[in-house]
Amino acid sequence: MSTLILTPNIPNGDDFYEKLLNAHEGLSKEQSDALNARLILVLSNHIGDMDILEQALEAAKTAGQTS
Amino acid sequence: MNKIFETPLYPYYQSVDQTASAPAHHSVVVIGAGPVGLGMAIDLAQHGIDVVVLDDNDKVSFGSRAICFAKRTLEIADRLGFGDKLVDKGVQWNLGKVFFDERKVYEFNLLAEDGHARPAFINLQQYYFEQYLVERVQEINSETPKIDIRGKNRVSAIMDHGTYSALTVTTPDGEYTIHADWVIACDGAGSPTRSMMGLDFVGRVFEDNFLIADVTMEADFPTERWFWFDPPFNRGQSALLHKQPDGVWRIDLQLGWDVDKEAEKQPDRVIPRLNEMLGDDVKFELEWVSIYTFQCRRMEKFRHGNVIFAGDSAHQVSPFGARGANSGLQDVDNLSWKLAHVIQGLAPDTLLDSYDDERIHGADENIMNSTRSTDFITPKSDISRVFRNAVLDLSEHHAFARPLVNSGRLSMPCNYVGHSLTGEDALTGGPARSQPGMPCPDAPLDNRYLLSKLGGGFTLMTLNTDAPSLQQIEGIEIAQLELSATSDSNKTLGERFLGTAERAVYLIRPDQHIVARWSEYDAARVQMAVETALGKIQ
Ligand SMILES: Cc1cc2nc3c(=O)[nH]c(=O)nc-3n(C[C@H](O)[C@H](O)[C@H](O)COP(=O)(O)OP(=O)(O)OC[C@H]3O[C@@H](n4cnc5c(N)ncnc54)[C@H](O)[C@@H]3O)c2cc1C
Repeated sequence: MSTLILTPNIPNGDDFYEKLLNAHEGLSKEQSDALNARLILVLSNHIGDMDILEQALEAAKTAGQTS
Repeated sequence: MNKIFETPLYPYYQSVDQTASAPAHHSVVVIGAGPVGLGMAIDLAQHGIDVVVLDDNDKVSFGSRAICFAKRTLEIADRLGFGDKLVDKGVQWNLGKVFFDERKVYEFNLLAEDGHARPAFINLQQYYFEQYLVERVQEINSETPKIDIRGKNRVSAIMDHGTYSALTVTTPDGEYTIHADWVIACDGAGSPTRSMMGLDFVGRVFEDNFLIADVTMEADFPTERWFWFDPPFNRGQSALLHKQPDGVWRIDLQLGWDVDKEAEKQPDRVIPRLNEMLGDDVKFELEWVSIYTFQCRRMEKFRHGNVIFAGDSAHQVSPFGARGANSGLQDVDNLSWKLAHVIQGLAPDTLLDSYDDERIHGADENIMNSTRSTDFITPKSDISRVFRNAVLDLSEHHAFARPLVNSGRLSMPCNYVGHSLTGEDALTGGPARSQPGMPCPDAPLDNRYLLSKLGGGFTLMTLNTDAPSLQQIEGIEIAQLELSATSDSNKTLGERFLGTAERAVYLIRPDQHIVARWSEYDAARVQMAVETALGKIQ
């Protein structure tokens, strides 16, 4: 089974983060939500591996839990 | 115009049972003469069983309900002897268009695989489907009377006596009672039989209303399926336009939850809506307008002793994906041969438990698919709408998102891989599509198609090899079909049944599902597969 990468993997994280925020620049909440959704779909398709996608869903879910 | 749904097709007559001094006893009584009840009666009759069909009405389905009939249903109809009528009358289409807001986001061509006698599906009004079933019943009866359809015979009580059931039947001439060894309840989603027996029917209601209108118009809309998400003429909702024979078009308009159903059905509300959708200059006439709330649910078990449920009475789905009548016909396909074999003493009673196992599996698959489509079409939370719209927006630009657009998935035949009646797969290199449990794929032969060569019983099919002529196995006639496939002749047959193997032997059930396959004939293993398929080996 392939394993989701959860260690730093983007060469220049700060650059990426800035681009991510820039993409949302000037958007309404609704437009931002739509952009995020499209981004998730585009990336998920690129990954295209159900094992990885499931691990990603899991990682995203647990990190958001308070306890 | 005298519409076929206004003319009695099986008018009431007084049967001798009504004046008999003691309740008449029948082997099989089918309750309900919808597509499933009629199909069941025909299939049982073709297996040699006499059937009484009781229906509280005397006409075909009122107005139009089902319109899409899938390839597997057409193949079953071929076996039942009325497939040509369906295909001759039905409309075939390949092109679908998806609209979002004011834009066409993409179109698709179904491009069905070649080498099948029947198309991926046809559009046809349910009342034609039922009419052809009734005509087929008459044709069978003109040879030997086997099916007794009693119109205006409503089952008003059912009493289970263990080995038989007593039915109280209400007619224009009053009540009478009959006894039946077997009762098949095909009395629809509202099944009175189910209620009278106090049985469950649980699942999910989609809190939404749909206006379903069948309109006759002389417009030259192409023969395509058009689906709109959030169109200007039905903001925030969905819409569908689909062609049927006789210049009739099916229009579905999602209305939302809080609507006044009676008011929405009135022509003064419906006509302006349709004008907005079709354009003011298009002339149309309303054939039928109804409002539905859709549900996905099923009974926990379909078999209750000698009373067995089939079709909508056992399971109900929302129509996106056209799985109601299509799955009901698969119930018929599955149950008829089993019940006939049990009645004829050729298989143990427990064979019928496999109907529960196989068709509950089918129902769950259909419920899953219909639920997914309904969730896409009518998103029930803000975030599901956000994702739905994201998929639609992406689909306009990128191919990857198009398979995620779900306005109803084509109904594919259910398979029974891994279920109890399925035997061994001993064909190295054999294709997955014809592995044991799968419905036998069709394939072109020299002058006919494969499925038309499978009779109503078990078949042993050999490819590039032969088997000794079989007499009977377990008291059952086994038909034999000897075929060959090379790279020059019957190539498609080879692709679908040999894969990389050089020769193969297949055992096929009466409902055309594959029981087992081998690379060569082996008497003991064939014997065992027949026993497995008859439920004699658990
Ligand atoms: C808008 C809409 C669109 C649809 N589209 C499709 C589609 O495209 N493809 C598809 O496959 N399916 C479709 N369906 C589903 C399809 O119509 C049903 O699945 C199908 O009619 C079920 O057949 P049935 O024989 O089980 O039940 P029914 O057709 O409901 O027949 C039940 C019969 O039982 C009789 N009955 C009831 N109570 C009694 C009683 N007490 N005594 C005697 N008789 C009784 C009734 O008179 C009736 O004739 C659609 C449904 C709707 C509503």
